[in-house]
Amino acid sequence: MTISTPRHTGFPPSPGFAADTGLLPSPVPVRLIDADGAEHSDERYPLPSGDSLLDAYARLVAGRRVNDQANALVRQGRLAVYPSSHGQEACQVAAAAVLQARDWLFPTYRDSVAVMSRGVDPLQVLTLLRGDWHSGYDPYEHRVAPQATPLATQLLHAVGVAHAAKLKGEDTVVLALCGDGATSEGDFHEALNFAAVFHVPVVFFVQNNEYAISVPLRSQTVAPSLAHKAVGYGMPGERVDGNDVAALLAVLGAAVRRAREGGGPSLVEAHTYRMQPHTNADDATRYRTADEVQRWEPLDPLLRIRTFLRSSGLLDDAAEAGLAADAETVATAMRDGLNADVEPEPMALFEHVYSRRTPQLAEQAELLRSELERDAAAVEPDTRDTGATR
Amino acid sequence: MAATTTEVPPGTRQAADTADSTDNAPLTFAKALNTALADEMAADSTVVMFGEDVGPLGGVFRITDSLTARFGAERCFDTPLAESGIVGMAVGMAMNGLRPVVEMQFDAFAYPAFEQIVSHVAKMPNRTKARIKLPMVIRIPYAGGIGGVEHHCDSSESYYAHTPGLTVVAPATVADAYSLLREAIRLDDPVIFLEPKKLYWTKERVDLAGLRRAADDAAQTGRSAAGGIGTAAVARPGTDATLIAYGPSVSTALAAAAAAEVEGRSLEVIDLRSIVPYDDATVDASVRRTGRAVVIAEAPGFASVASEIAARVSERCFHSLAAPVRRVTGFDVPYPAPKLEHWFLPGVDRILDAVDELQWDEPGDGADVLAGDSLAGGTAAVDTGSEGHL
Ligand SMILES: Cc1ncc(C[n+]2csc(CCOP(=O)(O)OP(=O)(O)O)c2C)c(N)n1
Repeated sequence: MTISTPRHTGFPPSPGFAADTGLLPSPVPVRLIDADGAEHSDERYPLPSGDSLLDAYARLVAGRRVNDQANALVRQGRLAVYPSSHGQEACQVAAAAVLQARDWLFPTYRDSVAVMSRGVDPLQVLTLLRGDWHSGYDPYEHRVAPQATPLATQLLHAVGVAHAAKLKGEDTVVLALCGDGATSEGDFHEALNFAAVFHVPVVFFVQNNEYAISVPLRSQTVAPSLAHKAVGYGMPGERVDGNDVAALLAVLGAAVRRAREGGGPSLVEAHTYRMQPHTNADDATRYRTADEVQRWEPLDPLLRIRTFLRSSGLLDDAAEAGLAADAETVATAMRDGLNADVEPEPMALFEHVYSRRTPQLAEQAELLRSELERDAAAVEPDTRDTGATR
Repeated sequence: MAATTTEVPPGTRQAADTADSTDNAPLTFAKALNTALADEMAADSTVVMFGEDVGPLGGVFRITDSLTARFGAERCFDTPLAESGIVGMAVGMAMNGLRPVVEMQFDAFAYPAFEQIVSHVAKMPNRTKARIKLPMVIRIPYAGGIGGVEHHCDSSESYYAHTPGLTVVAPATVADAYSLLREAIRLDDPVIFLEPKKLYWTKERVDLAGLRRAADDAAQTGRSAAGGIGTAAVARPGTDATLIAYGPSVSTALAAAAAAEVEGRSLEVIDLRSIVPYDDATVDASVRRTGRAVVIAEAPGFASVASEIAARVSERCFHSLAAPVRRVTGFDVPYPAPKLEHWFLPGVDRILDAVDELQWDEPGDGADVLAGDSLAGGTAAVDTGSEGHL
């Protein structure tokens, strides 16, 4: 499919329109490894090297273990909430794997595994979800923006980082994640348009997992695909099998390369599925059937690449045992870290609100300090305390 | 409306279906809201409900539970994920004869709709000399105390209360949740309906049949029910000082009053019920009787609704006051992570401390205490010196 140049409209062609006729996504999502683990060739996207596939598999195993462990920690009351990416791990690890250290990742609340895969300590990632602070890692250390909760807002920040990089002459690509639901927000559209107009090195990566909490994709959009939305803004869109880590590495890798070489922004839509509820507070049985979920089970991103790697002799029992042990080490560290009770220092409330504390805030800090001192000095527990709020 | 979902001809009203009402049945705040929506949708076929996840899921807090099943997908439906779109479309639907009720999923997720709310919802009737009326309700699950992650606990009432043209309602009891929502839907002005999240699961015994009759009568006569929007309530009578609160802070104020009673102090608690319109008469009468006042609110205190109330009381009741009006509010910091919110929220102890500082040494001597203070100076009436005030 190509866009044909308008010939007899009587209007001058829009700038840039005719120049690029390859904006439309492929009619079916790009796939390099079949559901049964066999290679599926695609002339535009060569299969990534064995080493990079093995590396991705290692990240997948660790990512799955992290998801399972985090769910268990929610059940034990150690995490307040966890939006699991179970089933979407191929998208998560590919997003991190295609970036260089100097690049930036802009994740959402669901992208904890992508953030960890980028090298951020899992405990620091989980601070947000345990409730210690609204973000637990240094965004500059690994060039990972804070995980965004308000939908699509981070996409504009990503464009800004990329634009600044361009103005400063830095060789930096920005990869920004969002879900299918977020593509309905105004900020999504503004981000795409800005990125295209300013021609900045951003890759927008939509993980289409079929649901925005309870709302299925068909109630979210009637566009032919989410990737098609790119075309209206003048950037290429591509669709990829989101449970095929090889295809994700190839397609995202190409988009990142294109951005790095000055080709401008692009949009990649991964077709995947959220195997678990939105969060532990969600009742998924209200909006989808167990049958539907089961249909996705054989498409598990781990199974497929594992079959491929084993049948091509790249993975054996010993290597698998090693990967499982590595993943277990990560899980143990998460467990140990989160099993320790952490009470943040109350006075931290007043930190980092302003770089120069206002006089009023200083007064309020004094008030809390005096309350804390009084509490500490009280021999008897405060008889006034009805427990209504404390 | 489509024939399949219309129970009564457009524009006509019917008495609420009382089949499932049991007198004095214990009811949760959430169920009261759900019942109010159902009753008003049954009574008036022009009422439509929409938003994110409000359809089959019934909303993330289940406030719209079963409405789609009962009234059809034309009357209660999921929209694409876009708050500006939701509110903006509601404006157009209200312009064209319907009464939209929309749900914003959480307080901070209403901000993408802020442009629509402050620039259009609030101003449209005024600029068209009321040719365009906007009978619409924007329901917002609001405020904290539930251990929510970031962007789920904002107290945003000051933004709305500061915007002329918006009616701002914040119920604090189960009965009010029912009655005020029904009245809000019938009002010809746009209403911001703030639902304190921490109250959703509270249960009270209410005379639902009686509340229904009152709401139906008010609808038939076109009048506001007695004690409706714009009328504050004395939630607990007292003689020594007045605690003024609304929404989520009413229960904290009541707990403080109960604790004060043990110490021999009689505190009156006023539940504002609506912030706009503000009931000066009820508040003033109470403060003039008690001579002392503390305003309690969760939102940061600076430039807030609490500030406005304190200023009004100071201006209007100056000669009855024995002490400057105090505010006990959230600190002027972003709403903190769950593990810190406990220190942020105005609690019983902080309220009692403020009450202690209301110049009890010089009973009834208010005029002397403040003699020479100039109201025009502004700060004299509320400045309490080095003891940090909120
Ligand atoms: C601006 C805004 N509106 C509403 C919400 C509440 N909310 C949180 S997640 C979610 C669904 C998002 O779906 P999608 O973008 O598909 O991402 P997924 O959760 O499937 O990864 C909603 C409505 C929000 N976080 N931000």
